[in-house]
Amino acid sequence: MITDLIESRDLLEVKELAVDFGAAPAVRGVDLRLKRGETLGIVGESGSGKSVTALAVLGLLPGSASVRGSVRLEGRELVGLPNRELAKIRGNKIAMVFQDPLSAFTPVYRIGDQIVEALRIHQSLDRAAARKRAAELLDLVGIPEPERALDNFPHEFSGGMRQRAMIAMAIANDPDILLADEPTTALDVTIQAQVLDVLRKAQRETGAALVLVSHDLGVIAGMADRVAVMYAGRVVETAGVDELFARPRHPYTLGLIGAVPRLDTGGGPLVPIPGNPAALGDLPPGCPFAARCPLVQDRCRTAEPPLAGTDGHLAACVRADELAERRPAPSEVYPVPTVPPPAVSVPREEREQVLRVTGLTKTFPVLKGTVFKRRVGDVYAVDGVELDIRHGETLGLVGESGSGKSTTLFELLRLGRPESGRIELLGQDTAGLDRAGAHKLRADIQIVFQDPMASLDPRLPIGDVIAEPLLAQHAPRELIARRVPELLRQVGLEPAHAERYPHQFSGGQRQRISIARALAVQPRLLVLDEPVSALDVSVQAGVLNLLQQLKAELGLAYLFVSHDLSVIRHLSDRVSVMYLGRTVESGSVEAVFEQPRHPYTRALLSAVPLPDPPAERARTRVLLAGDPPSPTERQTGCRFRTRCQVYAALDADRRGRCEQQAPPLAQAAPGRDHAAACHYPEA
Amino acid sequence: MTTLITEATLPAAEAPAPGGRLRLVLSRLTAAKGVLVGGTIVLLLFLLAFGGPFITHWDYATPDYSALRQPPSGTHWFGTNGLGQDVFAQTVRGLQKSLIIGLLVALFSTVVASLVGACAGYFGGWIDRGLTFLVDLLLVFPSFLIITIISPKLKGAGWIAFVVLLAAFNWMITARVIRSMTRSLREREFVRAAQFMGVHPLRIIVRHILPNVASFLITDATVAVGGAVMSETALSYFGFGVRAPDVSLGTLLAAGTDQAPVFPWLFYFAAGLLVLFVLAINLIGDGLRDALDPTTEAARPARTSRSSK
Repeated sequence: MITDLIESRDLLEVKELAVDFGAAPAVRGVDLRLKRGETLGIVGESGSGKSVTALAVLGLLPGSASVRGSVRLEGRELVGLPNRELAKIRGNKIAMVFQDPLSAFTPVYRIGDQIVEALRIHQSLDRAAARKRAAELLDLVGIPEPERALDNFPHEFSGGMRQRAMIAMAIANDPDILLADEPTTALDVTIQAQVLDVLRKAQRETGAALVLVSHDLGVIAGMADRVAVMYAGRVVETAGVDELFARPRHPYTLGLIGAVPRLDTGGGPLVPIPGNPAALGDLPPGCPFAARCPLVQDRCRTAEPPLAGTDGHLAACVRADELAERRPAPSEVYPVPTVPPPAVSVPREEREQVLRVTGLTKTFPVLKGTVFKRRVGDVYAVDGVELDIRHGETLGLVGESGSGKSTTLFELLRLGRPESGRIELLGQDTAGLDRAGAHKLRADIQIVFQDPMASLDPRLPIGDVIAEPLLAQHAPRELIARRVPELLRQVGLEPAHAERYPHQFSGGQRQRISIARALAVQPRLLVLDEPVSALDVSVQAGVLNLLQQLKAELGLAYLFVSHDLSVIRHLSDRVSVMYLGRTVESGSVEAVFEQPRHPYTRALLSAVPLPDPPAERARTRVLLAGDPPSPTERQTGCRFRTRCQVYAALDADRRGRCEQQAPPLAQAAPGRDHAAACHYPEA
Repeated sequence: MTTLITEATLPAAEAPAPGGRLRLVLSRLTAAKGVLVGGTIVLLLFLLAFGGPFITHWDYATPDYSALRQPPSGTHWFGTNGLGQDVFAQTVRGLQKSLIIGLLVALFSTVVASLVGACAGYFGGWIDRGLTFLVDLLLVFPSFLIITIISPKLKGAGWIAFVVLLAAFNWMITARVIRSMTRSLREREFVRAAQFMGVHPLRIIVRHILPNVASFLITDATVAVGGAVMSETALSYFGFGVRAPDVSLGTLLAAGTDQAPVFPWLFYFAAGLLVLFVLAINLIGDGLRDALDPTTEAARPARTSRSSK
């Protein structure tokens, strides 16, 4: 506290901020302070109150919310200020960058008009000057051809471009504070890296303080100067970013750090935090984290510990001092499940082939006209995918949105004749299957979907949900009655839960039910389509551990699709990288992650933020320019060259090869499991 | 199994019992008060309709010339009409017809509507186009005209033919709604999941699509019960369907409406029974809807009423 006084006065001071929605609290006494030019990261899981806190500062909460406490901007109280006064501050002193830029722009107005509007509300500028300034702002955030972009409508921009334009609008009036609420959550990693870069630049140009709300510890580690960790509507720990990540004093922070899979380390079980995030509706007395805390003591259950500590490192835990002194690793505090040794120990070459895909393509026609549809073009969704999975291994399929991952999966699961190319499942060519053969083969390939709520029928008790694939395979009744409780136990639920409906379970539990359903018919290959991307970090760790465990016990093969490279690194044995419908690199996880050969893979890897501030700062980034081109046009040559940093550095002669020939997926060295589709790969 | 940390400390529930959805829905259904009350009323109405003729010695058609338009009394419990016919005997006779017609028409039309609508929406393509064309065709046909033309030919076939005819012109709008609901359900992941598991399409419709549109179907069916009784009246009024001297609640109401202010017993007994019937059906429908929808707390039996957060 003393150091704070010596330094400049706080720009923003939040004290005892509390927000209630009706009877249910959302924020329960938050204290924050923000100095000029600094970046404060607010991190927490869903429902922790981080977004509500940000919105409360701006007075943007709906009328049903009651706000108590104090928010002072340069000493001026904002809580209870009439709307007209607040409007003068919003966009001028404090500006907001929202999570979903598509809904944050009015769809019927041009981007330029909206920025001009933001400028003219707070400054006395004529139209021409405001427009000129708007173009400068768009240029600043790296939008190409800013003059033309001003006349575009929001839907004509890609997600990354919209978020840049949003940032441009936010910094239009040189605000003192930028509030960014999950600004990159909806974006791909390479685009996320671009947008974070723009945010840094915007902050540098305007000298504004930045409040970055995120669930992603990696993003926070790379951006923030100070971090506040929120749990159940309160700040449970706050410290400088290095201090917090190196010496967490609250068991929740410690657990969060242990629960995140990391790009720079492989294998090993993660540290799951048991239980689910506390429901704010009915909090027990005492520390809200007590129910999940491995260090819980009797006194935790009686009174909620205050946020206390020294040197600006505060934690709301009775055992904070102990943790500060002992500095245990997350795995020393939390019980970590042991993953049994893999069931398969034969070398890869001798193992049975589970799935082999070569040269798979899938195009969708682009149709026009209402009565008579005519084909005006094609979307080359999948255009040359190669996959190879053997018994007992996990293949991670990585790619950004629009890279054709999902289309590839649906083509696999259709078990029909592919448009071109070949799909072999357990040695059987799917093109040659008849109906009965395909139906039989369905038992061997099962899928777990991304959204555990959408993939479970809300009107079916989960016992019936899990029995469904068995029924489809005409399993006898006794077998079903025996398998359902067994499966529930296997995924860590109780047999008695069979009578409950999906909505009675939390996200993580629902995903476990999905996994149980997929396992019911004892498949050989489990297709996991982004199975943890909808889950909170602490819950995600539990599901990932379960998957590892099941694989080891049952000798399953996984096709694990994800956009999250850290998760892939953690779980996979081999990895396959897709770009615009093509496989651009594949190989063992160690080979691909440690010595990426394709420039796209390198860019992808460098875009993933590490939850480790010193390492994150020390990294050199390869920032990709622009967005992926549209898949409706088929380019000659390499598809990645429009964004490729290697291509950009080549001389004209050597560029010719990239422009004319599509690079084949070539082995790095004979006998080595590492291939890349690049003419000039990194050695 | 190694040390597996379950994600939540769910309360240890009681021993597992097999049975699945059917049993769960039934147990929720029987726990709902509305269903019990509604069911009892319908049962009593049936008892009255079919037992009533035995407790009175009056016949619905034979006039009693000594009592014309008499108010309710010891001899004629519900009074008599202008021809001297006993209103009680007529009401119970009419109730027999209307109960059966109302229930069966609603049942038939809902079943047809849900199957046609769900198939059209689920399969798409030519099946969809064919079925939608059929629905549109029936919608633009003047159904009344067709019934008028066909019904003389069905004279011998009796009331069941009449029920089929009424149902046949009563399902199209529901089918269109079900079709559009199915089209959006078809894109949901749980339907996709079932397809990838190799579940037969008709089974997907019965297991996944229909339960998810059940709320609408049930509401629609309960409305259809009342509607069927009334449309039967309209037809009977023009001399089709139930013909004099036979009666239904509809014909009784049609005859009694204009005399209601002066001779209330001609109208209010039949009207009251119809209202009671529709009300009871609504109670049952609400209960059924709640039993099928797991998110409603009201109908859940106490032992599973706790939701695990």
